[in-house]
This record gives sequence, C-alpha cells and structure tokens, in this order.
Amino acid sequence: MISPDALPLAASASNLLAAREQMAFTLGFHIVLSCLGVALPATILVANYIGLKRGDEAAMELAKRWSKAMAVTFAVGAVTGTVLTFEFGLLWPRFMDRFGAAFGVAFAIEGIFFFLEAIFLAIYIYGWKRLSGWAHFWSGVPMFVTGIGGAFAVVAANSWMNQPQGFTLNAAGKVVDTDPVKVLFNPATGYEVPHMILAAYIVVGFLVASIYATGMLKGRRDRLHRLGLLIPLTIGLIAAPLQFLVGDTAARAVAHNQPAKFAGMECVQKTGEDETEYVGGICTSHDGVKLAIPIPGLDSFLVGFSTSTKVTGLNSIPPDERPPANTLLHLAFDTMIGICSLMILLGIWVLWVWWKRRDIPKTPWFLRAVAISGAAAILSLWCGWIVTEVGRQPWIVQGYMRTSEAVTPAHGLWFSFGLVLLLYATIGTIAILVLRSMSRRWREGGVEPEAGGPYAPPGAGEATA
Amino acid sequence: MSRADAAAAILWVGATFYALFGGADFGGGLWDLLAGGDVRGERPRALIQRSLTPVWEANHVWLIFILVVLWTAFPPAFSAVMTTLYVPLALAAVGIVLRGSGFAFRKSIERLSARRAAGATFALSSVLTPFFMGTVAGAIAACNVPAGGDGAPFSSWLAPLPLLSGAMFVATGAYLSAVFLVGDSRRAGDDGLERYFVRRALAAALVAGVAAALGLVELHAEARYIFDRLVDQGLPLVILSALCGLGLLIVLLRGGRRPLRPLAAGAVVAVIWGWGVAQFPYLLPTSLRIDQAAAPDPTLDVVFVVFAIAAVLVLPALGLLYTLTQRDLLEH
Repeated sequence: MISPDALPLAASASNLLAAREQMAFTLGFHIVLSCLGVALPATILVANYIGLKRGDEAAMELAKRWSKAMAVTFAVGAVTGTVLTFEFGLLWPRFMDRFGAAFGVAFAIEGIFFFLEAIFLAIYIYGWKRLSGWAHFWSGVPMFVTGIGGAFAVVAANSWMNQPQGFTLNAAGKVVDTDPVKVLFNPATGYEVPHMILAAYIVVGFLVASIYATGMLKGRRDRLHRLGLLIPLTIGLIAAPLQFLVGDTAARAVAHNQPAKFAGMECVQKTGEDETEYVGGICTSHDGVKLAIPIPGLDSFLVGFSTSTKVTGLNSIPPDERPPANTLLHLAFDTMIGICSLMILLGIWVLWVWWKRRDIPKTPWFLRAVAISGAAAILSLWCGWIVTEVGRQPWIVQGYMRTSEAVTPAHGLWFSFGLVLLLYATIGTIAILVLRSMSRRWREGGVEPEAGGPYAPPGAGEATA
Repeated sequence: MSRADAAAAILWVGATFYALFGGADFGGGLWDLLAGGDVRGERPRALIQRSLTPVWEANHVWLIFILVVLWTAFPPAFSAVMTTLYVPLALAAVGIVLRGSGFAFRKSIERLSARRAAGATFALSSVLTPFFMGTVAGAIAACNVPAGGDGAPFSSWLAPLPLLSGAMFVATGAYLSAVFLVGDSRRAGDDGLERYFVRRALAAALVAGVAAALGLVELHAEARYIFDRLVDQGLPLVILSALCGLGLLIVLLRGGRRPLRPLAAGAVVAVIWGWGVAQFPYLLPTSLRIDQAAAPDPTLDVVFVVFAIAAVLVLPALGLLYTLTQRDLLEH
C-alpha cells in the first residue's frame, strides 16, 4: 500500500487559484464583521452617551440592543479572523517564510489592540446590569480606541504588501535587516488606513440605519426607531464625503505608486496624455472600452489636475505583470465610487429637508433609500477590496514576490475551499437568523432565553437560577 | 541570553497563558459535552456557561499572539510547521470556528432543538480542537517537522507520540477547567456542584497523569533528544509538576479549600517549561535552532516592545476582567 505521505505535491497552478479563492472568500466574510468590530463601538457609545446625558431611555435601549448584537458578531469575527491568521501559513507559507520578519511587525502590534478590544468589549457587553452608568460607559471607550488601532495595524500590513519597504534582502532573497517604522508607515499606509477606517464607519452607519428604516417602512415609527435610524445614519453621512476625498487621494497615489493597478481600474490600454475616463463598460485590449460612458480628458485630469497629464497604460506594463480580470477591476472601482456618490446625495437630501423643516425626511422613498443603503455599503466595501487585492496581482508583495511563488504545495486545497464555503455559509446564515430572532424578541418584549442553562428544559430556568 | 532566545521565551510565555486559560475554556466544553441529558446536565452547564461567557474571547487571543510572534520572530519555523502539519492545523481552525460560533449562538437561539445543536457543536469542537493542537505540539516534539517544511503530511502526526500529546492536551484542559469550576461552584455556594467538579478534577488528573506517563515512554522511543534532556536539565521542572499535581490531589481528596488553582496551574506550567528546556536550543527539534530561525534584530525588538506593552496594558486589563467576573459584576 502506498502511504498517503507519498502523494505527489499538487500542481501549483490549480493550488494558486484555490488558495486565492479561499482567501478572497474568507477575507470578504471577515471584513464585514471587522467593520462591525471597528465602528460599532463608537455608534453604541454615542447612543449610550445620549442616554446617560439626557436620561433618554430609547437611546439607552438602543445601546443595550446593539451591544448584545455585537456580542454575536464579535464572536464570529474573532473566529473568522483566527482562520485568516491560520491561512497566512496554510495558504501562503512561502510568503510568510520570506517576509514574515517584515510583514509580521504590523500584526504583532495588531495583537495588542485585538487583546484589549476583546477584554473591554467583554466588560462593556456584560457590564450593563452591575456597573454604574458612567463607569460602564468609560469601560466601553477603550473598544473605540482599540478598534481604530487594530484597523490601523492590519491595514498597514496590507499597505506594506502594496508598497513594500523597510527591509534589506541578501543575494538569496532572505530578509536580513528590517526597519519596523518604515514597514508600518509605508507610502500606502497614509491613504489605505483612513480609507478602511472610514469604510468601516460607512458600513456600520448605513447598515444599522437600514435596519431601522426597514422597521419604519413597516409602520414602526416610535422614538426608538427614529433614533435608531438617526444616530448611525448621521455617522455614515459624515463619513461618506470624507471617504470621497480620501478615495480620490488614494486613486491618485495608486496611479503614481502602482500604475498597473490604476491602468486596470480605469481600463487604460495605451499610455498617453488626455486620457478618457470611462464610466462603466467592458474592457477589451483591442477595441477599447465597450458600453461605457466616455468623458474625454477626465482621467488625466483626475490623476494630475490637467488633461495633459500622462497616464500609464497596460501596454507599458510587461504582460506577465498586468493585473487579471480588467473588467471586474474596472466595474468594482466604478461601483464603489457610484455608491459613495449616492450616499453623499442622500446626505444632501437630509440636509436640505433639515434646513427647510428642522426634521429628517420621512417619505417612504427616503426610508427605502436608507433601507437598501446597508447592503450597498457592504457591496462597496467588497468592491474596494477587489480593487486593492485583485489590482495588486500577480504580486503578493508588489515587485518582490509573485502570488504564485507564495502558495503552498499542499494537497487538498479545493477540498478545503469547499469545506470553508459550506462552513461559512452555515454560520453566516445562522448568525443572521440569530440576530433577527433577537430583534423580534426585543420588539415583543420577550424574556431573554439565557435565563436557564444552555439546554435546560423549557421553563426550568427560573427554578434553578 | 540572546535576543532570539528572549523572543523564544516570549513565545513560550504566550503558550503558557494559552494552555492555562484557553485550555481551561476547552475543558469547560468537554465537561459540557459529558454533562448528560438536559435535566441532569442543566446546573453544571449553566455554571460552565457563566464562567466562560465573559472571558473566552480574551483567552482565545493568546492563540493569535502565539501565531503572530511565531511568524514575526521565527518565520521559517512558522512556514515549516504550516507546510508539514497543515492537516491537523486546518482541522483545529475548523474546530475553532465551530466552537466559537456554536458558543455564541447557543445563548441567543430560541428553539430548544437548535440550542442543543449549537451547544453540541460547541462541546464537541471543544474536545477536537485541543486534540489537534496537541498532535501539532507532539509532532514538533517528535522531531517530525523538517526545517525546510513540506514534511510528511500524515505520518508526522498520526504517530503514537503526537496522538498521546493530543490526548494530554484534552485531559489537561479538562483538569484545569474542573479545578477552576470547583472554585466557581464554591463561590456560588453550591456544595453539590462542588463535589461534582471535584470528582471530575480527580478523574481528569488521573487521565492526564496516565497520558503523561505513556508520553514519557513514547518520548523515550520516538524523541530521544527531548527525553534525555527532560530527565536531565528539565528534571527539576518535571518533579515540580509532579509535586503540584500530587499536592492538588491531596487537597482535593481531603476536601481542602486552597490552594487549588495555583497548584493546578503550577503542574501545567512546569510541564510546558520543562518541554521548552528539553528542546532548547531547538525551535523545531532537531532540525531548526532558535538562532537559525530568528528574524533580524529590529524585528525582534518590535516583539519585545509589543510584549512589554502587553505586560503593562494587557495583563492588568485581563486582571480587571477576571476580577469583575469572579466578583459576579458581569452578567452572562
């Protein structure tokens, strides 16, 4: 009998695709939960502050409910984040072997933030009953700080993959010296980090507001729903225009730092001045961009504030260094910008009505717009990550290491991907069902099921508690 | 002590905390699994739930700490372990996902049958996860991970020593958890539950002791390098562990009240550091030395700074969390 150890190592091309798909899927799943971890604390603390300061019971109730929902999302986020930690080694061992000494710096710092966030989150979530009002409020403030700190560290690591610096390689390609400050503060940190932190606030702001907008559309127009819509929506609407500015800066920096990625995003086929900006469309290498709305000269203008700015096209990039899936990149980029623009329009609508009537709009169309804004925000988040990550291909460390060199030779990657799909689909579905049933219970004023033991017989909770 | 040795010591400190606190959380899942039907198991399960809820996520972060320190300070060792032991590591990762989400869901699900399913998922994966982690540790100790990685994906861990090590991880967690839960039942003033967990602590101590003895025999056969040093440089720690274990047995059998937790922790910590001393100066015995695997000095310095910050900020914060939990100031 042949020992299973003797199986030949898997073909690396197939492994590369499987590993990339699994990484993209698990990251796409986790990134939504990490947005909640980064930005939900601030949203909860605002409601908590209003509740304490004004004795507003509806605001307090919202803070309580949101923190209970966060207990569920943070738990799922903690374990799906752990999966990513494993995946760095299970999927990309060659990358970690060669660059762990540089790349790891940011993650080591993230560890501290994650630790503190987990600790204070527990104190805050479970401290509602027995800690006094303001002491409890202040126990939650570290979650807000560590959420931002953690996002900084993780995104700095990703920025480093896009703009690697702060290390010295020897002739064998081994990292022999590092400069941790340069690793952390690489040229992409300055725009990637604020871009992601704002994205987290946009996702949380619109997602939470969309839940209450849906409730209001169903006729629940009490103070709790009004506040539940207003607090997060305000946060999202403040973040959206800021995001537009940061994103614009980021795109210009990418045009300069990663011209191949930029050419892919904007479907620039040939290097030249007076480049057309294409809105939407399908990228082709021979016939230009099909089905797009062309705006002559705008692309050059956006890159250098003048239509005579030269923009690098894909024809100047060696074929084996061009990003794949041009149309996907381009449409993802445009969708992200489109959604952010619509959010800004929504903000203008709110300001206009507020200026006229000192109140938020209450028409069904406004509520419908808010109700879909949560899903739109998540879509926009995913599009942004597609632009960043697919646009960086074929590199895992821009200019230094190809993704194909980083992948594991292990067997069974497609099997692993299938298992992960099944597992995540299941826990994702259950998480949503659990959150919905919590919300229904709150509406009906029902008793929390945790009164009894975990699988206590029905009704036995009171007798033994 | 070189920088690299200091970084390895930090890795070991992380492993110690994870074994103590993460291990006890896994043990809680095992006792939940074995607590019987819904009526009989209700009270122990409620106590386990109360003890675990506020702390398990913070305790889990030690695992992240270990992985991050390993890949940052010793990148080739991380890669070698991951490309050799990917099967048990992937299974452990699946176990972590099932366990965390099962635990979070079972609290909030309404239907009894669905709660049972979530609870069973949590409990079962609480046993499987530390088992697979134990096989990883055992495979490393058994010198089955080559320095360059890509070692045998199955026979490296499907061998007596790694499998025994997996069993030891499970039994140790169960032992720590039962001892911690004895204290928790006392605080709750529940004599019945206290006796319940005393019996379980004794049973787990017995299993862990037998697994450890068999492990020594297997070490002698499969990992002579570790065995020879364990009974030489590591001997004081082995004796200390045995003394702590015996001391705890005596206290438990005589119905004594303290010191339970320090003795239980001492027995486990001494074994972990005994292992560390026995495999020094190797990170992966006997293929990769600590100094060969170490990252450049500036990176190691970051690890030291991070560790110092952790000592100043994280440990007191953890202390606060445990204190609030122990004083029942956190609802569950």
